[in-house]
Amino acid sequence: MNIHEYQGKAVLKEIGAPVSEGIAIFKASEAKAAAEKLGGPLWVVKSQIHAGGRGKGKFIGAAEDAKGGVRLAFSIDDVVKNAEEMLGEYLVTEQTDDKGKQVNRLYIEHGSDIDRELYISIIINRETSRVSFIVSTEGGMDIEAVAHDTPEKVINFDIDPATGFMPHHGRKLAKALELKGDLAKQANKLGRVLYNGFLAKDMAMLEINPLIVTEDQNLHCLDAKISFDENALFRHKDIQELRDITEEDSKETEAKKYDLSYVALDGNIGCMVNGAGLAMSTMDIIKLYGAEPANFLDVGGGATKENIVAAFKILTSDEKVKGILINIFGGIMKCDVIAQGTVDAVKEVGLEVPLVVRLEGTNVEAGKKIINESGLNVIAADDLDDAAQKIVAAVEAA
Amino acid sequence: MSVLINKDTKIITQGMTGKTGTFHTEQAMAYHGTKMVAGVTPGKGGTTHIGLPNYDTVAEAKHATGATASVIYVPPPFAADSIMEAIDAEMELIIAITEGIPVSDMIPVKRALQGSKSRLIGPNCPGVLTPEECKIGIMPGKIFKKGSCGVVSRSGTLTYEAVFQTTQVGLGQTTAIGIGGDPINGTNFIDCLELFMHDDDTKQIIMIGEIGGSAEEEAAEYVAHMAKKGIKKPMVGFIAGRTAPPGRTMGHAGAIVSGGKGGAEDKMAAMEKAGIRVSDSPAKLGVTMMEVLNS
Repeated sequence: MNIHEYQGKAVLKEIGAPVSEGIAIFKASEAKAAAEKLGGPLWVVKSQIHAGGRGKGKFIGAAEDAKGGVRLAFSIDDVVKNAEEMLGEYLVTEQTDDKGKQVNRLYIEHGSDIDRELYISIIINRETSRVSFIVSTEGGMDIEAVAHDTPEKVINFDIDPATGFMPHHGRKLAKALELKGDLAKQANKLGRVLYNGFLAKDMAMLEINPLIVTEDQNLHCLDAKISFDENALFRHKDIQELRDITEEDSKETEAKKYDLSYVALDGNIGCMVNGAGLAMSTMDIIKLYGAEPANFLDVGGGATKENIVAAFKILTSDEKVKGILINIFGGIMKCDVIAQGTVDAVKEVGLEVPLVVRLEGTNVEAGKKIINESGLNVIAADDLDDAAQKIVAAVEAA
Repeated sequence: MSVLINKDTKIITQGMTGKTGTFHTEQAMAYHGTKMVAGVTPGKGGTTHIGLPNYDTVAEAKHATGATASVIYVPPPFAADSIMEAIDAEMELIIAITEGIPVSDMIPVKRALQGSKSRLIGPNCPGVLTPEECKIGIMPGKIFKKGSCGVVSRSGTLTYEAVFQTTQVGLGQTTAIGIGGDPINGTNFIDCLELFMHDDDTKQIIMIGEIGGSAEEEAAEYVAHMAKKGIKKPMVGFIAGRTAPPGRTMGHAGAIVSGGKGGAEDKMAAMEKAGIRVSDSPAKLGVTMMEVLNS
């Protein structure tokens, strides 16, 4: 789960990392009060969307020379003017599509005098199964580009969970960031609070780019990008409340309610599959036969008839979908449950596109019988290859 | 022969009194008499459930029954503690079926496995099955047939595809191992390939990976390294998620292409380079293996 920058900064503040004072606003009319409360002489007005590259982004319909999604303001009037220009508009960045993302929230922050920009992020290193720091003196830039062009400037190190973040890790961190004296001490403390906070809050990723050295020689987190482990949200009610559903696909939100794992894609063949691996390969095989999947949908192993009905409705409510492929290899999932759910769903919402069904595994005979006796116009398939070819052909013929 | 488990393996179920634990323990016993010997549910020691004794702790259950393996159906918030308890009790084989364990819970588990007497399979996996002998986990027993192919996979349902197809083409299986779809798991491809490479009855191997991480690339390196030493078996591979968009988690917590890493193309190229025939369709694993054997 991703959160906005201003929410991330609140989390950082809570765990004891240095951030600027700022106020989030939802309406332009709130800008003046926020700017006054913060006080000048410098403010930063930042678009809050779940995508990076905001500073270099462009608002749709804005003038050629208009500024991007992160703007400096030198007076309260300037803050208000920028807020009016930005709120409600669509911001296109290198991480969004061409339609951009609507800016519904702004973060107005105290401006900082920057001496140097650094980079720090924390992830889980899958190769070592440990929490890992990635740091660089090249802050404020695309870290993947830095790693590609100058790999020696990106330094990684893991933390042994048996020891946690030790002072020697702090010294390693300070050295990697080329910080000395009091700044090295600040880096040591920052590394410790970030590591402890990362684990305590069950983060999946924490990126501060840039981490700055201010002109008065203090470390300061100027940006905050945080995502959380979905599997750990059950023990973080406070973080659950940070979810911004306007940033998420409405079909994905609906799917979550029914314990379905759904990812919206751009194609026109809707898929319903059990198991993540099989669901991914169903997408792959559709592509192999020249068409594009409209979604990834894993109904899981314990789906009930009601879950299947919900899944089917999500597929048929998608206007892009011109054909549906149901591919089930029953293990715990029983083919007859899938079949009955599909038949019930069609009775309820109708079916205007071709439907190919491939069933295999537990209770396959019972499942096929339900489909055959339902009178539904279903194209039966023997295996995944056959199923993919049949749905692609049916959609092309329609 | 088989790997990891056979008809003599004695197994306890952690979380047996729950709905999932009950169902799958019964299913296991119904599969060629898999030796399920006890359950562990704290607070229920001294009672019985589906004809098996319950114990409060893993150590007690192990001591009383001589079990060497434990299967875990405990819900996600408590599953890591259950795995740790099994490690503490020195169970040789721990198979964690539970899906949805927080990653931060698995970091200390992985650390605790180092230097321990235990091997962990999973979590978020379908388990391990040796045909006509022993079933631990949730795989459908009907599709298996005793035979010569070793199957190792990150995905549950794709394991079933490989098993079903190797049964259909007449090869059958020695053992099928689902290693699970989480970013941190107990046993990786290399561990399983090593077992299959050194098992005389395993004549072929099917390996099914997916996007995310670099376990497949590391496994391919291992296969190439073993081939140089003259240890080589016919292998077919498959990678799920070639069309997955970067930055999106595809169902499995571990299935994500991020930071330009974990893409399917790199994995397939690494496997091909190591001499593994990569099938472009999950429906052709069995026939591709027959092609490899007949070429």
